[in-house]
Amino acid sequence: MAMDVETLEDSRHHRYVLNMGPQHPSTHGVLRILLELEGEYAMELLPVLGYGHRCHEKIAEHKPVKSFMPNTARMDYLGALIYNHGYAHLLEKAAGVEVPERAEYIRVITSELNRIQSHLLWYGAYLLDLGAFTPIMYAFDDREHILDILEDVTGSRLTYCYFRVGGVSKDIDDKFVTSTRAFIKRLRSRFPMYEDLVNGNIILQKRLNDVGELTPQLCARYGVTGPLLRGTGVDYDMRRAEPYSIYPQFDFEIPTETKGDCMASFLVRFREMEQSLRIIEQALDGLPEGPVMAAKVPKKLKIPAGDYNASVEAPRGELSYYLVSDGSDVPYRLKVRTPSYSNLSVVPEMCQGMLLSDVVSAMGALDLVIPEIDR
Amino acid sequence: MEIFYSILPDLIRMVVCAVCGAAIVFGNALVMGYAERKLAGHIMLRPGPMEVGFHGVYQLVVDGLKLMGKQLVVPKNADRPLFMLAPLLAFAPVFVPLLVIPFSDKIQGFDLDIGLLVILALASINLLAILIGGWSSNNKYSLFGAFRAVSQNVAYEIPMLLSLLSIIFMTNTFSLKGVVAAQSPVWFIVIQPLAFLIYLVAIVAETNRAPFDLPEAESELTAGFHTEYAGMSFSLFVLGEYANMFIVCSVATVFFLGGSSGIPLPYFEYSGIIWFLLKVYLLMFFLIWIRWTYPRTRFDQLMNFCWKYLIPFSLVNLIITVVMVKLL
Repeated sequence: MAMDVETLEDSRHHRYVLNMGPQHPSTHGVLRILLELEGEYAMELLPVLGYGHRCHEKIAEHKPVKSFMPNTARMDYLGALIYNHGYAHLLEKAAGVEVPERAEYIRVITSELNRIQSHLLWYGAYLLDLGAFTPIMYAFDDREHILDILEDVTGSRLTYCYFRVGGVSKDIDDKFVTSTRAFIKRLRSRFPMYEDLVNGNIILQKRLNDVGELTPQLCARYGVTGPLLRGTGVDYDMRRAEPYSIYPQFDFEIPTETKGDCMASFLVRFREMEQSLRIIEQALDGLPEGPVMAAKVPKKLKIPAGDYNASVEAPRGELSYYLVSDGSDVPYRLKVRTPSYSNLSVVPEMCQGMLLSDVVSAMGALDLVIPEIDR
Repeated sequence: MEIFYSILPDLIRMVVCAVCGAAIVFGNALVMGYAERKLAGHIMLRPGPMEVGFHGVYQLVVDGLKLMGKQLVVPKNADRPLFMLAPLLAFAPVFVPLLVIPFSDKIQGFDLDIGLLVILALASINLLAILIGGWSSNNKYSLFGAFRAVSQNVAYEIPMLLSLLSIIFMTNTFSLKGVVAAQSPVWFIVIQPLAFLIYLVAIVAETNRAPFDLPEAESELTAGFHTEYAGMSFSLFVLGEYANMFIVCSVATVFFLGGSSGIPLPYFEYSGIIWFLLKVYLLMFFLIWIRWTYPRTRFDQLMNFCWKYLIPFSLVNLIITVVMVKLL
């Protein structure tokens, strides 16, 4: 329920400022939002950033391109493999490295597992924001299986550095394949339970329907991408829009909704998990034999002078790397376009005139990962 | 001296009742604290407290000691006397309603003719304590929590009273013993199912528990009205909350579930209190269960639900009851 902004324009003296964050339970990290409140209605919002800034882009200008890979995982701790993927994709495009097919398959499987893992965490944390304590434990129970599977092949549980320029660091084994198949079966059997218990709940529907409505025009103005944009009916997904890796070989849908409210992006994310399972299943079926690393990748990777761009679909939207090279093995400039940063910028306009509770649900629908904003 | 001897039995009775009341309040807090955490754990696919004692049975004792050992911090610029008063005010009144609750035919502190009024009047003081606590904390989140608590509790007291009033019209007495006695053939839950449902929804809001826990909505207001409270002053709020739950569930048992009536058990003399506590804790289990299942409602939806559905329905129910009582 949003209050009419115009009718309250002349009541500025009633307003007061509430400082939400940087240590607030529902900002999920060190994000601070200044709210100018009129009763419980948020009339102005101002996100304050910079509490977790680590100069990743500047660090990139000071070391060889290949050794920046671990930093990419620290930007988005939930989509680390996809950030790896984007960076590897960028360097391969720039240096002209051919990736073996098996490595591409492994990349797709692990990236999609990573995406499901991220969505599961969002699912639990979002419902926690809405006051339901239990679903997060169920979601983490499922998520734990993915972390175990990925830990076996990559060696870490959250900030992976698994992809290399020209392939992946380690081949997968039969155990990975069987446990991934078992996980697919398990998660599929859990979806009906989630739908019955959570998605169909009347309180949840009342909380999410018609809250934080976005339009395709608004998304375009702020550069909002990912499930939020797909919730407004635009089927823009980098895996389709600018196909990379071997995604064109797979049969999957881009889930979209039309309303653009919190419920729409909620359902889009939920259905994306199913589509990711489909992709993984097809990739496991068609997994070819062969090497997982390109044969000739020079130790000191020199990028020819010029500008390069590569985009991938991260769990929260479009992730782009933009590299300017002067011909050496150290980038002249590396710009990372992270989806959460653009998605956050829509908050002041999206949440104006909302109740405080709706601000929390709208912010949860953005699925913010703060290190990705402050990178 | 004559007077002293004449009131001595009453005095002794009073002291015994007060001690029993305190025992119930603290015992109930221990049981509920443990049950809540254990049930929440099992609902969430985790074991809950496991370390202290067998399956963590001593966890609450250890927690209590920890809370007692903590420093009482008064925030800067807070209204110090009111800030210290609020937890006491939340906790102190919960003893009195226990005196009039008939735990069985024989176990009851005082059978007052205005038993229900005593309970409702004293239960409302808790609200005042929340308002004072939120106001004096000098914290915007606390103030929000207090505001929400007041508007929510004032709104939900109406359907709660109306649903109880329809029972009162049938029994013609405010005495809780009289209400229990009036349910000898059938419990009022059978005759007044709508009133029972309305009462059940209203007590969830009255005790500020999820899905109506807006005064302490932690994802919005960090901890609501008790954001600034720590240690024992915080735990007095919690003790008060659990005691209030016990009281409202006891009232539900007395008014709708036949009080202490039930099939006689082997210890015939005392089977009443066993049935009574069983019913009360069944209702409490229900409250815990929904708390850990549902998401939180939004404030305007909560108020709309009360004013648009609960109050009209309880009014209609009351009118039908009155007409039926007059006709029959």
